[in-house]
Amino acid sequence: MLQLSDVKYVYNAGAEDEKTALGGVSLSVKEGEFVALVGHNGSGKSTLAKLFNGLILPTEGSVRVRGMDTADKKNLFDIRKTVGVVFQNPDNQMVASIIEDDVAFGPENLGLPSAEISERVQWALESVGMQDHRRGTPFRLSGGQKQRIAIAGVLAIKPRVMVLDESTAMLDPIGREEVMKVITRLNREEHMTVIMITHFMEEAALADRIIVMRNGLVAGEGGKEIFSNRELIESAGLELPLAARVAMRLREKGLKIDGDITLPEELVDALCR
Amino acid sequence: MPIKITDLNYVYSAGTPFAKHALKNINLEIPDGEFWGVIGHTGSGKSTLFAHLNALTRIQSGTIEIDEFRLVGNGGKKPKRKHRPDYKALRARVGMVFQYPEYQLFAETVREDVAFGAKNIGIKGDELDTRVKSAIEMVGLDYADVAERSPFDLSGGQKRRVALAGVLAMHPKILVLDEPTAGLDPRGKRDILNLITEIKSALCPTVIMISHNMDEVAEYCDKIAVMANGELKFVSTPRELFSRADTLEELHIETPCVTALARELNGRGLNVSVAALTEDELVEEILRAKGANA
Amino acid sequence: MKDVSFGQYYPVESPVHRLDPRVKLLSVVLYIVGIFFIQKFIGFAVVALFLLVAIACSRVPLMKVLRSVRAVLFLVLFTAIISVLFYSGGGEEPLWAWGIIKIYKGGLLSAARMALRLVFLVLGPSLLTLTTTPVELTDGLESLLKPLALIKLPVHELAIIMSIALRLIPTLTEETEKIMNAQKARCADFDTGNIFKRAKSLIPILIPLFVSSFRRADELADAMDSRCYRGAKGRTRMRVLKLRFRDFVAAFVMLALFFVILVLRYNWFGLGFINLLV
Repeated sequence: MLQLSDVKYVYNAGAEDEKTALGGVSLSVKEGEFVALVGHNGSGKSTLAKLFNGLILPTEGSVRVRGMDTADKKNLFDIRKTVGVVFQNPDNQMVASIIEDDVAFGPENLGLPSAEISERVQWALESVGMQDHRRGTPFRLSGGQKQRIAIAGVLAIKPRVMVLDESTAMLDPIGREEVMKVITRLNREEHMTVIMITHFMEEAALADRIIVMRNGLVAGEGGKEIFSNRELIESAGLELPLAARVAMRLREKGLKIDGDITLPEELVDALCR
Repeated sequence: MPIKITDLNYVYSAGTPFAKHALKNINLEIPDGEFWGVIGHTGSGKSTLFAHLNALTRIQSGTIEIDEFRLVGNGGKKPKRKHRPDYKALRARVGMVFQYPEYQLFAETVREDVAFGAKNIGIKGDELDTRVKSAIEMVGLDYADVAERSPFDLSGGQKRRVALAGVLAMHPKILVLDEPTAGLDPRGKRDILNLITEIKSALCPTVIMISHNMDEVAEYCDKIAVMANGELKFVSTPRELFSRADTLEELHIETPCVTALARELNGRGLNVSVAALTEDELVEEILRAKGANA
Repeated sequence: MKDVSFGQYYPVESPVHRLDPRVKLLSVVLYIVGIFFIQKFIGFAVVALFLLVAIACSRVPLMKVLRSVRAVLFLVLFTAIISVLFYSGGGEEPLWAWGIIKIYKGGLLSAARMALRLVFLVLGPSLLTLTTTPVELTDGLESLLKPLALIKLPVHELAIIMSIALRLIPTLTEETEKIMNAQKARCADFDTGNIFKRAKSLIPILIPLFVSSFRRADELADAMDSRCYRGAKGRTRMRVLKLRFRDFVAAFVMLALFFVILVLRYNWFGLGFINLLV
């Protein structure tokens, strides 16, 4: 679905303050997969988000979406129809002051007939549970609600891949949960490919595969078992999920705990057998 | 002297169809030297309440006493002359750090930006230089490295520290922080919270932190105030609040992860205290319970 | 709470609210032109009657509409007084004289006409903005100006700019308030000192505001690109403006009003005698 081969990205290349954000990243994402990209602030993970749909082009290497190279201008429109991106600040991705107009923006750009746009808007708003706000304004909504509108705006384009660039970072815990529910449902039920960029380990633990970024490079990847690699997680400026931390400390104290522990349920199961 | 809030009320857009009772009869006393957490959902009135502490919001009815300062409401009109304390002195005493404070930076150099507040209260010369230097060092930045740099060239976390230093250079005795960890990565969060604890012991004995993160307040605060719909619903220690499952549910407050885990274990028959607040406590409890089981 | 994006829109359901914004915009244009054709008081009476009916149909409280006059009240009084004082009379006996100040009947009448004209000029557009959201106005303007795209006028871009501006005004207002509070908390002083000192005291507000506006603009551009935006090329709209029966009725009423004004002004069909009655 999505393929990065040896991608380097340098900000202000050639200038005095040039800064390498990505130093050679190769990764691929399969159709229907739920991938979490984790790393500290400045690890290059948000640069990746912009590479995925050709907002920026790699300094070296290539990014391909279903075989289409993002460096080829002719492909950009089709790539952006395929890969939707939800950004961090919901306030900075809304173009209209009425919710339905905002969600309609994408399908309008696709040149669809009015009736179909309206249907898609309704469908997208229902997908995120915001259909009751269709004719309202976004200003009085909570952060979580605004972010769900932003997701609906991307959904209405009917992309195959949804990239979330730290889309939960500015939300309160309730807002985060709202957004995560929508995202997991899209992945599980609608088979949407999801790439979730985050520094919340509890969110990353929901993914099929976790890719750990450190200083512009992939430092490691794998399933949830990656959280047993404490050194990797901590060297990437991250924290293990609570259950994994507690399990680790209990083991250090000599308590025997079986299996990989990342979610609270797993720890409870292991301790209360 | 403590902070004493008596019968504080606040109505937004009074007299219009959009009127909203943002604060209802708030009575609260915050003693010196404590670390308070204030929790509540978006729109619960917590930010309105704290804008009052610094006279940024004109007090409508009720009184607020902070040390020698006394703010008295005058029905939404400008307060009477005798109830208009020296606002600058008040704002220097109560240092206010807003959400995403890095967005308030404006000066050409970090040094000038940090000096802004202190200069506004009339500090100058060597005293100003000393304050600026020690504030920058207190937030964990290297003075020689950053002082002459533009604040806009720094990383997000460093900018936030510079903004914090700008408040500290006024030498406040009370520090009010609105979600100081918002948007930071896990390590950044922990660093800032540890920094606040250090500042508390070195410079500002009283700290009030507005937060959405129950894990943070459970671990760091001495007392927690819960706001909902403009009312002060509950004031207690974190241990008492978070061990009361019914209260949490009633007020729609989540349980801190540690406490939730303890409760889960307890429910499944492991004899751990459901009032565990920190990871250390939980580990201790599990070891104790397991030891007892074995 | 303030909601600048809604301007002074008065949210009720009414036949006037439901009219096509294009019809409303053109009606206001016709109305304004009409006002300039009025010379006799009977004309103002006709327009006043029309406005009263329109306001009644719009379900906006009369006081709300009249309040818009407040903004120009000073201008109205000022022009009225000037025109009374400087009326030269033309051989007419002054009604009242004191030194060089002479007040004529003609002066009073022309002042009243001038004042009425100004007041009516404000009332019409005010009813438009009370019954039409800025978003509808933008849509209407875009649609009306579309022919101008043929002569290479960037109509679509202007409409997008307007729509984004409407969207960002409340956000930036809120942001300005936040930054002001943050600087006040750092003991900044915005209200004392001479004009230069005050202007200088705005720097701590303006710079963060600029920085954040640019950051927002960058992010918004990325978000728009990500959502397949390519300018006007191949773009369609969800809300297509459609003229309905009521729009034709409204257009007919407006044309009728204009016609009556012209009849009264130019004495068509010998109906000018009505003017003599007043």
